[in-house]
Amino acid sequence: MTAVAEKAMAPRLLSAEMPSGRTTGWWGMVLFVTTEATIFAALLGSYFYIRFQSGPQWPPPPLEDPKLTKVVIMTALLLPSSVPVMWAERGIRKGQRWRLRTGLAITMVLGLAFLGMQAWEYSEDLKKHTLTTDAYSSLFYTTTSLHGFHVAVGLLMAGWLLAASLRGSFGYRRHERVRLTAIYWHFVDVVWVAIFLCLYLSPRL
Amino acid sequence: MRRDPSRRGARAPWRLTAVGCALVLGGCARHQQSTLQASGEGAQRIEGLWWLMFWIAMAVFAEVMLLLGWALWRRRRARATIRGGDAIGGIAVLGVVIPFAILVTVYGLGLRDLNALAAPRQDPSATVEVIGHQWWWEIRYTDPAGAVTANELHIPVGEPVRVRLRTADVQHSFWVPQLMPKTDLIAGKVNQTWLKTDNVGQYRAQCAEYCGKQHAFMALMVVAQPRAEFDTWVASLARPATTTLSAAQQRGREVFERSSCASCHTVRGTPATGEVGPDLTTIGSRWSIGAGAAPNDAGHLGGWIVNSQTIKPGNKMPPQPVPAQDLQDLLSYLQSLK
Amino acid sequence: MSVDTEEQSRSTSRDEAVAELEQDWGERPSLRSWFSTVDHKRIGRRYMVTAGVFFILAGTDAMILRTQLARPNATVLSPEAYDQLFTMHGTAMIFLFSTPMFFGFGNFLVPLLIGARDMAFPRLNAFGYWVFVFAGTVMFTSQLVGRAPDGGWFGYVPLTDTPYSTGINLDVYSLGLLFLGVSTTAGAINFIVTVVKMRAPGMSLNRMPLFVWAIVGTSFMVIFALPALNLANAMLFLDRRFGAHFFDPGHGGSTLLWQHLFWIFGHPDVYIIVMPALGIVSAVLPAFCRRGVVAYPLMVLAIVTISIISFGVWVHHMFATGLPQLSYSFFSAASTLITIPSGIQIFAWLFTMLRGRIVVRTPFLFVVGFIVTFVLGGFTGVMFAITAFDQQVTDSYFVVAHFHYVLFGGAVFPMLAGIYFWLPKFTGRMYAEKLSRWAFWLVLAGFNTTFMPMHVSGLLGMPRRIYTYPGGLGWDLWNLISTIGAYILAVGLLLVLIGVVHAVRRGAPAPDDPWQGDTLEWGTASPPRPYNFAAVPRVHSLHPMWDERTTVALATGEPLPGHQAMTTSELDGREEGAIEMPEASLLPLAAAVGILVAVLGLLWAWYWTGWYWLAGAGALLIFGALARWLWPPERTPEEAGVAS
Ligand code: HEA
Ligand code: HEA
Ligand code: HEC
Ligand code: CUA
Ligand SMILES: [Cu+2]
Repeated sequence: MTAVAEKAMAPRLLSAEMPSGRTTGWWGMVLFVTTEATIFAALLGSYFYIRFQSGPQWPPPPLEDPKLTKVVIMTALLLPSSVPVMWAERGIRKGQRWRLRTGLAITMVLGLAFLGMQAWEYSEDLKKHTLTTDAYSSLFYTTTSLHGFHVAVGLLMAGWLLAASLRGSFGYRRHERVRLTAIYWHFVDVVWVAIFLCLYLSPRL
Repeated sequence: MRRDPSRRGARAPWRLTAVGCALVLGGCARHQQSTLQASGEGAQRIEGLWWLMFWIAMAVFAEVMLLLGWALWRRRRARATIRGGDAIGGIAVLGVVIPFAILVTVYGLGLRDLNALAAPRQDPSATVEVIGHQWWWEIRYTDPAGAVTANELHIPVGEPVRVRLRTADVQHSFWVPQLMPKTDLIAGKVNQTWLKTDNVGQYRAQCAEYCGKQHAFMALMVVAQPRAEFDTWVASLARPATTTLSAAQQRGREVFERSSCASCHTVRGTPATGEVGPDLTTIGSRWSIGAGAAPNDAGHLGGWIVNSQTIKPGNKMPPQPVPAQDLQDLLSYLQSLK
Repeated sequence: MSVDTEEQSRSTSRDEAVAELEQDWGERPSLRSWFSTVDHKRIGRRYMVTAGVFFILAGTDAMILRTQLARPNATVLSPEAYDQLFTMHGTAMIFLFSTPMFFGFGNFLVPLLIGARDMAFPRLNAFGYWVFVFAGTVMFTSQLVGRAPDGGWFGYVPLTDTPYSTGINLDVYSLGLLFLGVSTTAGAINFIVTVVKMRAPGMSLNRMPLFVWAIVGTSFMVIFALPALNLANAMLFLDRRFGAHFFDPGHGGSTLLWQHLFWIFGHPDVYIIVMPALGIVSAVLPAFCRRGVVAYPLMVLAIVTISIISFGVWVHHMFATGLPQLSYSFFSAASTLITIPSGIQIFAWLFTMLRGRIVVRTPFLFVVGFIVTFVLGGFTGVMFAITAFDQQVTDSYFVVAHFHYVLFGGAVFPMLAGIYFWLPKFTGRMYAEKLSRWAFWLVLAGFNTTFMPMHVSGLLGMPRRIYTYPGGLGWDLWNLISTIGAYILAVGLLLVLIGVVHAVRRGAPAPDDPWQGDTLEWGTASPPRPYNFAAVPRVHSLHPMWDERTTVALATGEPLPGHQAMTTSELDGREEGAIEMPEASLLPLAAAVGILVAVLGLLWAWYWTGWYWLAGAGALLIFGALARWLWPPERTPEEAGVAS
């Protein structure tokens, strides 16, 4: 690079990874999450549409209200998993890699436990009804497995961050990806709350 | 059982002229499906609404064209200057105030018409169930009860008739342009509309929701006739088909009942009780075959039976390899079913 | 040092810096760079050319349709062939032509109009393009082998669901549109972020060109509308392939659910199509009226309100389904209201013409053609908003007339205006004025001859989507006229095509600013250099190129060096800093190929379930490519910033 270029670049480079406003990445992730959230909103909207079209009994007999025990445990696993992500993100903003690594690892354990529980729940649900039983079941399995897929993607992202950080990628100057992953993870969490309320609690109201 | 020949006689000439007008002359029945030659209470309202909106649209269009023309003409003057300003006043008046006034008026009138379409002013004097099939219409009278036919719907003049709409398969839409705007036939749902006209006549109708290959030929003839004729028609339809048959017709009947026809078609009062295809109890007097696909004459009927796929490609009646002699008998039997 | 030499040395150092930029940004032509480019201008041009090809294909479909419909009882086409043709015509025109064409305009122009060097996510941009080509190719290939979708462009269930549709046709539709949706979503996010973060310093929101506003409005509609379509198609696919029951009333499903989901997307979609077109009109007019569009704040307000209201009118496509009257009166009111912002725009353009000095060139002619036709199409739209009237004419040719007036008149006319207007910028060549005027008059005459008679045949009771019709119902003449008109229209469009090809090959070289336009794209070379602007423009007004401060700064400002672009603050466009822009890469293509493989696997699994493994392989390819794509560079602890 020529001297001219170097001179002109110098002051700007410093601010490159510490911009005063939101970054392009932040906006991109927020918009992505918004359009994803709209998909879930449409799914839950469809759920209630079908529900109000159908008879007085919901879920349609002979199905019973979805069991709560496992789902409450799943919720108890997933909701807190946002905390270590936040903690990790705060840490790397101060340049503390160990916090990033520990936080990600805890999150991944919680997320994996969630998926495991979901698989267990499915194995019991599937004995009673499957995707092809009726519209209610189609919606139930589609919604929950779409969410499960999102958890899996979130886990991949976290694992990928962990790998990159073990190799030595992040620090207080470079941590945008951590922030973006955190946004995604929080989103997956919030969606679960909505699903829990709609699919599991609302039939009991 | 026997059908009353005098009744049949009373109907026949009228039917001949009607069928003749619709099919033989063709041209004389022009605009038989036009919304602008409305004859029914519902469609007449809409025709009025249309002309009102048409003239409003023309006026606003003229206004836009005037402004455009003025702008283009202005540039030709040597001293045409560029002016500043935002023309907020002009935009507010032309683009907000006037359109808003127009819209509120039209919206109000439209609501009035919508309410008028919702239900007839008098109580309906008859109820008919219309069931859409790919690609024909099943017609069942529930009040007065019993009459079943296809692709042809009779109503008494001057009295509203309630129409219940169901579909046996995919979505269709019930539209009699001269009488009444559309109502869709939706799987898992029963919709309702009504028909009323003060004018005797035939009103062609056609399925108005894309329903697959033969959506183009899913027509229905609505026949408005005086109350007495209507009563006779319904009564004769509710009755089993005639049993006094000539020898050829009798052989035809045997062919019909022996071959697969009977597994798909019903002829009332006979062992033929299939429900896949249209009821054929009065096929001899129907305005068309195949829901408007072909005129109802011996030639087309024969062609239809042997291979309806050439007349109405894709329809759900498979070709019927009936031997030539049997076919003649079958035809004379079918044509006797009136 | 004398003033002279000082100036000289400054300009030589500027030249040096510019040469440096050419080094940093330039792409040597090679096969690899053809596949790996992330330059928004190349991608934008590709979008436009590809969408143009799809337009010719879909238009040819329409010509065949019209040929069949010219006479009653014609046998040019079998019903099956007709159904596939009209479905592919509609689907392709909406999804593979209009939206991508405007995305192409946006891709090429948005960074230039806001004075940026590229889109915010250049690689995502390239990815979106590849996905679009692949999805379009899959869909049109299905037509070549006679397995194209045949359920109409809005694919109503149950006709499109098992057991009424058993072939692979509708799988092509649902998967193809899902596939394409990836591209559209990526594009929309990219546009918004670009506009929010990459505007030139000084370009506060109230100095943003109307075209850019239109693209942002469109993109927001995509973000919120497209999920409904994607969900509906995913459900359809699950219903058809895996026996789910979303749309099956026999098992508690609902057929109207499909209609709601489709039109919650579908109505905003028609504004997704027309909004950028209206933006083009606002961009073209100032150059030919020699003044800015009047009432800028109102125009922005109109764009924003249309984007919002468009989500509250979808039931007007379901006025005959027998929903409760009350809901009809609500959606009817919303649909009538949406005309107000459209009217504001129309009158603002008219007043712009009245208050300016008009220079008539081909782009301007197309704008005039747009106003004449769009207003007519809008009027029939308002008529449908009146429920009672809609119930009479819905699903008749009157509707076909409406939507061609708004789609062709409202979107294609401005598109043609835009093509002639920006051709110098896109290609560096001028078009031939005389040929283009012939094209204009033929298109205008042909268009109206084709679609005006459809109002009449619709009112005479002719339903849409019929492969033929019996004679004697009063429709024959009108259909014949339509068909003749369609041929005239095709000749007009052929002249447009010839004009463009001629310009590209033999056109006179274009100056940087042939129209004395007001926006920043005219402040750079025709076609622009890969870095767009050497010096980052400074914007002081709504019409930067009519502002000496900007033009002087553009010509003499100090270049921003390196493979960098400027970011600014969201609202007032204050300078924030420079960011490094990504280099060209093959990974976007690889990821797109991954999706293609997955989609083909899912499609072919219809014939043999073994292909599901291929779909799995595609998914792996996608994940691999994405992981590679996003893998951060290794850094020393100092670079990354690690606390000891
Ligand atoms: C670019 C696409 C586009 C645009 C811009 C529009 C614009 C409008 N459309 Fe259209 N529409 C379609 C594309 C579009 N439409 C398509 C593709 C279909 C059919 C889909 C299918 O079935 O296949 C359709 C169908 C459709 C229907 C359903 C018809 C049916 O199937 O039964 C309705 C019903 O309300 C409707 C309404 C409107 C309205 C109110 C507007 C308004 O936005 C129009 C506003 C504009 C103006 C009114 C003109 C300018 C205004 C003035 C000059 C001010 C003065 C005006 C007045 C006083 C009225 N449209
Ligand atoms: C942007 C959208 C768009 C555009 C531009 C068009 C353009 C045209 N459309 Fe389109 N049309 C739709 C969107 C569009 N249409 C939609 C959404 C439907 C509903 C589908 C459904 O019901 O599901 C529809 C339905 C539709 C029908 C109704 C079919 C039916 O209901 O049965 C008809 C019938 O005439 C028709 C005709 C035409 C014609 C003649 C053109 C012409 O303007 C086309 C002209 C273009 C070309 C010819 C290509 C370019 C030409 C050249 C480069 C010259 C060289 C080529 C030749 C000489 C062939 N269209
Ligand atoms: C597998 C079922 C099936 C069989 C077998 C069958 N049909 Fe049909 N038929 C139909 C269907 C379905 C239609 C309606 C087709 C349409 O209009 O789309 C029809 C229509 C008709 C019509 C026209 C009715 C009208 O109102 O337009 C006639 C006449 C007819 N069939 C006669 C026969 C005769 C005679 C035979 C036996 C030789 C026969 N059909 C065997 C299913 C069948
Ligand atoms: Cu039935 Cu169209
Ligand atoms: Cu709409």
